[in-house]
Amino acid sequence: MIQNLMVENPFAHLYLLIILAPLISSIIVGLFGFAIGKRASHSLAILGVFIATICSYIVLYKVQCQNLFYNGSLYTWLTVGHQSFAVGILIDKLTSIMLVVVSSVSLMVHIYTIGYMAGEEGYQRFFSYISLFTFMMFVLVLANNFVQLFFGWEGVGLVSYLLIGFYFKRESAIFANLKAFLVNRIGDLGFLLGISLILAYCGTLNYSEVFNIVPTLANATLPGGFNLITVICILLFIGAMGKSAQFPLHVWLPDSMEGPTPISALIHAATMVTAGIFMVARLSPLYNMSHTALSVIVVLGGINCLFLGILGIIQNDIKRVVAYSTLSQLGYMAVALGCGAYSIAIFHLMTHAFFKGLLFLGAGSVIIAMHHEQDMRKMGGLAKYMPITYVTMLIGSLALAGIPPFAGFFSKDMILESAKLAYQSGLPAGWFAVFTVYASVIVTGIYSFRLIFMTFHGEERFRNSHHDHQEHSHGDHHGVTEVRESPWVVTLPLILMAIPSAIIGWIGFSSFVSNSVLADSVFNIGWYLSHIQDEAVMPVQMVIQSFSELPVYLAFAGILIAWMCHKNPAFTEKFVKAIGPVYTLLERKFYMDDLYINLFAPAGRGIGRFLWNIGDVVIIDGLAVNGSAKVVDLYSKILRKIQSGYVNSYATFMVLGVIILLTFCTRLIFN
Amino acid sequence: MMMHNLISLTVWTPIIAGILVLLVGSGKNGGSSNGCSSTGCSFSECLARYVALIGSIISFIFSAIIFFKFDPAVSGIQFEEYHPWIENLHINYHMGVDGIAMPFLLLNNFITVLVILAGWRVIKYKVALYNSMFLIMTGFMSGVFGALDAILFYVFFEAMLIPMYLIIGVWGSSNRVYAAIKFFLYTLLGSLLMLVALIYLYYASNNSFEIFAYYHTPLKMVAQILIFIAFFFSFAVKVPMWPVHTWLPDAHPEAPTGGSIVLAAITLKIGGYGFLRFILPIVPDASRYLSGVMVTLSLIAIVYIGLVAIVQKDMKKLVAYSSISHMGFVTLGCFLFVGPLLNMWGLEGAIVQMISHGFVAAAMFMCIGVMYDRVHSRNIVDYGGVVTKMPIFAAFFMLFAMANSGLPGTSGFVGEFMVIMGAMQTNFVYAFLAGLALILGAAFSLWMYKRVIFGEITNSHVAEMKDVNGFEFVVLTLLAISVIWMGVYPDIFVAKMQVGVRDLIIQVSNSKLGG
Repeated sequence: MIQNLMVENPFAHLYLLIILAPLISSIIVGLFGFAIGKRASHSLAILGVFIATICSYIVLYKVQCQNLFYNGSLYTWLTVGHQSFAVGILIDKLTSIMLVVVSSVSLMVHIYTIGYMAGEEGYQRFFSYISLFTFMMFVLVLANNFVQLFFGWEGVGLVSYLLIGFYFKRESAIFANLKAFLVNRIGDLGFLLGISLILAYCGTLNYSEVFNIVPTLANATLPGGFNLITVICILLFIGAMGKSAQFPLHVWLPDSMEGPTPISALIHAATMVTAGIFMVARLSPLYNMSHTALSVIVVLGGINCLFLGILGIIQNDIKRVVAYSTLSQLGYMAVALGCGAYSIAIFHLMTHAFFKGLLFLGAGSVIIAMHHEQDMRKMGGLAKYMPITYVTMLIGSLALAGIPPFAGFFSKDMILESAKLAYQSGLPAGWFAVFTVYASVIVTGIYSFRLIFMTFHGEERFRNSHHDHQEHSHGDHHGVTEVRESPWVVTLPLILMAIPSAIIGWIGFSSFVSNSVLADSVFNIGWYLSHIQDEAVMPVQMVIQSFSELPVYLAFAGILIAWMCHKNPAFTEKFVKAIGPVYTLLERKFYMDDLYINLFAPAGRGIGRFLWNIGDVVIIDGLAVNGSAKVVDLYSKILRKIQSGYVNSYATFMVLGVIILLTFCTRLIFN
Repeated sequence: MMMHNLISLTVWTPIIAGILVLLVGSGKNGGSSNGCSSTGCSFSECLARYVALIGSIISFIFSAIIFFKFDPAVSGIQFEEYHPWIENLHINYHMGVDGIAMPFLLLNNFITVLVILAGWRVIKYKVALYNSMFLIMTGFMSGVFGALDAILFYVFFEAMLIPMYLIIGVWGSSNRVYAAIKFFLYTLLGSLLMLVALIYLYYASNNSFEIFAYYHTPLKMVAQILIFIAFFFSFAVKVPMWPVHTWLPDAHPEAPTGGSIVLAAITLKIGGYGFLRFILPIVPDASRYLSGVMVTLSLIAIVYIGLVAIVQKDMKKLVAYSSISHMGFVTLGCFLFVGPLLNMWGLEGAIVQMISHGFVAAAMFMCIGVMYDRVHSRNIVDYGGVVTKMPIFAAFFMLFAMANSGLPGTSGFVGEFMVIMGAMQTNFVYAFLAGLALILGAAFSLWMYKRVIFGEITNSHVAEMKDVNGFEFVVLTLLAISVIWMGVYPDIFVAKMQVGVRDLIIQVSNSKLGG
């Protein structure tokens, strides 16, 4: 349990600075960017994030080395009866890791943006957005309660929406951002229902208070016989499915590549999409109580991991390859969560943030050099023109493929290990986890090195490419003749991200495996603890040991396949033809997009139109409202006929009336 | 001395100012020679505008004083005023506010200032009449929220219809006569039933028209249900609840921008206020008995109307339907019972939702008005690519569209969040269906935004659009501040209504059947 200690804390102003520095710079740049100019705008935005980064590292040091802990409130947001909800800050080990990851990547992306967005319209707007995003992400990470978590959760979604649609004139971009927001809203519905169930049964939304109460609710059931904790966990995970792009709510992430590349690195690889993973890890005391929920997470994670990874193999857009690999890696993280190895999931989150951020930034560097061409079929042979981009991306790909001793190897290997342990300990669906994570090691090798080979090796296809069919390009389109390495503002972040991509596995390995780095904030499930903690291997041993085990060879096999396909395109084509229908299935992305775009969306609009045209216009207005008006009209028409103004007809009616009255009276009298 | 008459000052200042505006503004129309240069109208019209603005600001200040002087710890009525009016019938001029009514008083007067500003350059036809109608209507609506005597309430409640009828009928669009009459008949029909109920209550409570006397009048179940139905019709039409909502999507497109703003921001709230002031406390047993029906109608409003809103082609109709959907949260929150107890989350959520919707709907209609003044079309297909021409406006519109779809950090989230939290404490299915608004709200708001604001410039009218002028900027900024403030720090409003809501819950928990 997180202990609700209120340590006397001289660092409270530091926490506030982390949150406020990016917010203030975002507001100033957003409102007055047009007045202060580009240079001042990006300086200010970078300054804000830089301050936050420095503070984050101080917090990391204090938390990890001096056991600093803080859980306090800033102000009361809302009071309902006796329940009050405060905006607060929680500083613990998990927070400190996330802060460093978010601020470091964000700082790199800020610097990179100067080079990438130079000369683009909306330069200041872009900086304002990414600073705002950093603020929202900090709010999410620092939250000590569910309401604030939800605020940050939807806040990052908002900025993601704004940035995917950054090129607001492009139809594909504004389609993609609306799709992203709506799909995320489906997840958020689940998330909000989960929160409301927690409130209904716990009477509070503060993490530490909730964690103290939930053990008493372990056997509580909802009407219908469902276990309360399981329902809560699954509902909350539906939120994570939206944000962290888990099947079947993953459809928005590939399309989100419509946004400028720096935000693909920051939002759609390193930070926002991992918010769901972070949330589950944060709520580990809750998830540990429901193995059913964990099994659901394992299955969905496994699907992401393998099946969406396979889609990455057939993409030709350089950013989409990286996007599908993100889906697959998020699947890995989800599998780790589902196996109860939360600290390993966070470990992979961290290594992934660096190497995947690096890959996106590298892809961006290539895209600049190619004058905004993103199709890898029109690249090739770039290695000798762009050595820094090539080497850094190679490091990123090696890390992604899980080749020792790069960062991704350590975290991925531990996920394979925990899947095995979970299976042995009898987690339902454990076998599925083992199968998918092992199989996707090959897949990862294929798609990551297919990208490297297609882009940096082989024939220089950009020289003779015809620019007649370009979906994702804008700006000038005369053929690329001269390829240059990108300016230092672009390559410096690449180098700075390549370093952790290479070494952070070494540094983090022992402490994440033993969970000492996340102690007291993330609680791995029992079976995991008992097995791995005993081993306490050193990184060097780990690397040596790995060569006597299967995964490394799977990864090499993947790379080899990619190499063979690259060298032998005729064989690849034959293979594609041979698997015809399967290839179509992959090309259509398992028909998931069609399901949403051609079924759900038109169905919603169709029902809406039906209710409007039939329900409102015909039945309520046509029959009830105008109908009653017509009835009144009809009566009045009849009555008007009677009042014709002719004396003789009046007289007739009078006589008739008198007769009727007399008859009536006589009958009354004589009966 | 002044402190004791604050409510009366808030009510009568705009009415007197409205009459004054009519007097000074009745000069001849047209000639720009001696008028104010900016608007190109005559001197008297210009004077009328300034008198209207000053009048509305003064009454806003009075309502703000009430807001700040209001003691959140005290139970019951504050700023009470009591004068005999028609003594034979025991009708009194009895005014005062509790924590439930007070926020509406502030909202009402705030919106009026914005409406006067919003019409400053746009309205060129019968300027004085336009401004005076809004001022007088504000006064009447303040009276509705301040009245503690049933007949006084009824008088304000009915009187309010006349200015709105004129606003739609005079400054409306092509189909304004049908819309105005539909609006008038719909709402009048409902309020006549209420009068019958009030007269019944007068006798049941031993000849009293005090609203609070009815709170303690024992009533049989049959009587309660009949009274419930009578009140229900008058307030449900105002809210409006499904299926008596169809006047609203007809009224909004025909009304001028100011009319739409007041209609959405304040008039609808009177319906919700009626539920809280009359139905729940006067007939608590019937409310409990019929709460299932009310919840069902509310959920239909949220889901059905949300779906209908998505496919609208006329922006004003779209926002009108979205209003109905959002007001569904209000009626849902009002009728969430857990056992005999009303749910506090639901009730407070309903009030917060009403205030928030006041800001957000006003802002949405303002934004549509800004575009209408430039292109003279409300159809979504006539727009596209507006952001290129109006970046500042697009930023404001984005904020309000997000608020309309319930983004946390804006006011739109707080009310929906609270009601969903309350609904979950009653029933999972209620919460789920209400929660669908999360998806539907985003769908109708942002899909419209996408088609209108984003994309390439579609036609020459859009290409000629100019960004917001000074008046529009001020109005939109004030609304933006309100929307964000209420999203980030709602406690400033909610804290003031705590005691009032608690009193209401206690009142409703007491059965009136046993005697």
